[in-house]
Amino acid sequence: MTTAATTTRRTLIPFGPQHPVLPEPLHLRLVLEDEIVVNALPAVGYIHRGIEKLAELKDFQQNVFLLERICGICSFIHSLAYCQGIEELMQLDVPPRAKYLRVVWSELNRLHSHLLWLGLLADSFGFESLFMQVWKTREKVLDLEEATAGARIMLSTCAIGGVRRDLSDEQIAQVLHGLDAIERDFESFIPAVITDTTVKHRLVGVGVITQQQAHELGAVGPVARASGIARDLRVTGYAAYGELGLNPVIETDGDCYARTLVRVRELHQSLLLIRKALKRLPATPIAVPVKGNPIGEVVSRVEQPRGEVLYYLKANGTKTLERVRVRTPTFANIPALLAMLPGNELADVPVITLAIDPCVSCTER
Amino acid sequence: MFPFVTTILRALRRGPATRRYPYEVRPPMAGSRGHLVNEPDTCIYCGLCVRRCPAGALAVTREPKSWTLDPYRCILCAYCVEVCPKKCLRMEPSHVRAAS
Amino acid sequence: MLHNVTDVTVATLLDAVAARFPQGYRLITLTCVDCVDNLEVLYHFYRNYELSHLRLCVAKGTVVPSISGIYSCAVIVENELKDLFGLTFDGLVLDYEGRFMLAADAPVAPMLRTAPAQAAARNGELKMEP
Ligand code: SF4
Ligand code: SF4
Repeated sequence: MTTAATTTRRTLIPFGPQHPVLPEPLHLRLVLEDEIVVNALPAVGYIHRGIEKLAELKDFQQNVFLLERICGICSFIHSLAYCQGIEELMQLDVPPRAKYLRVVWSELNRLHSHLLWLGLLADSFGFESLFMQVWKTREKVLDLEEATAGARIMLSTCAIGGVRRDLSDEQIAQVLHGLDAIERDFESFIPAVITDTTVKHRLVGVGVITQQQAHELGAVGPVARASGIARDLRVTGYAAYGELGLNPVIETDGDCYARTLVRVRELHQSLLLIRKALKRLPATPIAVPVKGNPIGEVVSRVEQPRGEVLYYLKANGTKTLERVRVRTPTFANIPALLAMLPGNELADVPVITLAIDPCVSCTER
Repeated sequence: MFPFVTTILRALRRGPATRRYPYEVRPPMAGSRGHLVNEPDTCIYCGLCVRRCPAGALAVTREPKSWTLDPYRCILCAYCVEVCPKKCLRMEPSHVRAAS
Repeated sequence: MLHNVTDVTVATLLDAVAARFPQGYRLITLTCVDCVDNLEVLYHFYRNYELSHLRLCVAKGTVVPSISGIYSCAVIVENELKDLFGLTFDGLVLDYEGRFMLAADAPVAPMLRTAPAQAAARNGELKMEP
């Protein structure tokens, strides 16, 4: 049996920037040996918008709205990271009610982001009806965001020194009611995600990285937590997370299935956090006045649905900032993605790519 | 087999989950940021909204008195509404189509 | 405010970074700041939620040693800085040669600070019709 099987041919396959499973343009140059990936090289830059540069031209208040638009999914959390940085520079004391409301909106963002991702993952392995069901539920989260913040995606409710909108008692009741409906929906589709044989067949053992690799490559968020690294910046207690308390969700297998489980369990965690925050909402003002201009350097980090985001801000005492640097979670997860791909089949590349929940607009800013 | 029959029956009873969109429009939610309007009677043409607008969507002149909004640039952030000293700006909940 | 900042030079950078790797520090990212006369590169690390930074101040045009041999994940951010700030790194494990983020017809090193007049002109450009 010493026929052609001993000679392997290398093929170069361009994956993306346009590909049915990719919501955004990301290009991977895949080197294949037969059907198995041996190497992958990323190329980005298709949607670089120069937001960091623009942020040096706008004043520090306007930047809240600009930086929120880095990401079309976790928009609120971007503005939160920025506002917390400026608040630290200006030594503003954010009122407790604003902190709790920030948690509520952050977790609504996380809910709809994880649901969006779950739908896209289902789509990537051809489970269309699951995709539809998940996005139907996501719509309910977006409705809650519109009812509380006035917009489905660009909430624009975070401000330096607090938040822009308050919730009335009716709105709180509406959100709690909405969460119950969302939780009922979870019961209808989450068992299908985590127990279905075909779903497991596509996810278990696919795209594995070990804890050691995840640590050295600087993976963040659910990718790191699925490899057993208990790292979640919400534990540091920014906004009101310190008072609400939470434990990072971790799994240890480091494959696509573990990443799915982490996010699914985080869905329930988010529901719990929103309910707790709304129950304990303190009756204080929602913002403090902002006077003067920021000065100094600061690093502000918060946990986004995809992992840790870092904001480095340098202010010089004028209205405009000298430097705004954003390191988004997907940027940190690209090295991990490249480590996951080798050894897997070409047919699994879309699933693995989506399992890190890539947000390319964020990556390029 | 049997659970699927119940699923089908339930789906038939409930009808489609989607709205027949252009014919059936969901009423806008209260407090939604749909589009920006100005009360020209109260406006004092101070230009504060112009200076604060992050998108450069507004233009104001004192003489002749004019306040113009470029709806294509406006990102509906409502920052102008917040800073206006006369509170003559407001956000209407209904969304307008891009080409109207 | 920024705490835990250690100043390094081009000569001591690699040793400082190599000392951190076995201590379990994780590299978050690199930040480049244009201070008009020179460039400042900040290396952000963290361990157990504690941040620590290295600050490298170099004249424009200096060749900075790449840390991608130690922290392989640094390679993408170093390529980004190379594109956006025109920094040159020595010993990049993977070099996109200035085509990581920017296309061939893009402006060169667009993140560098320009003279105020130019910045104003650019600001004006941004206000042009869409
Ligand atoms: S801030 Fe208000 S009063 Fe002043 S110009 Fe704008 S709309 Fe008119
Ligand atoms: S809503 Fe925002 S973008 Fe629109 S005009 Fe007002 S400040 Fe400008």
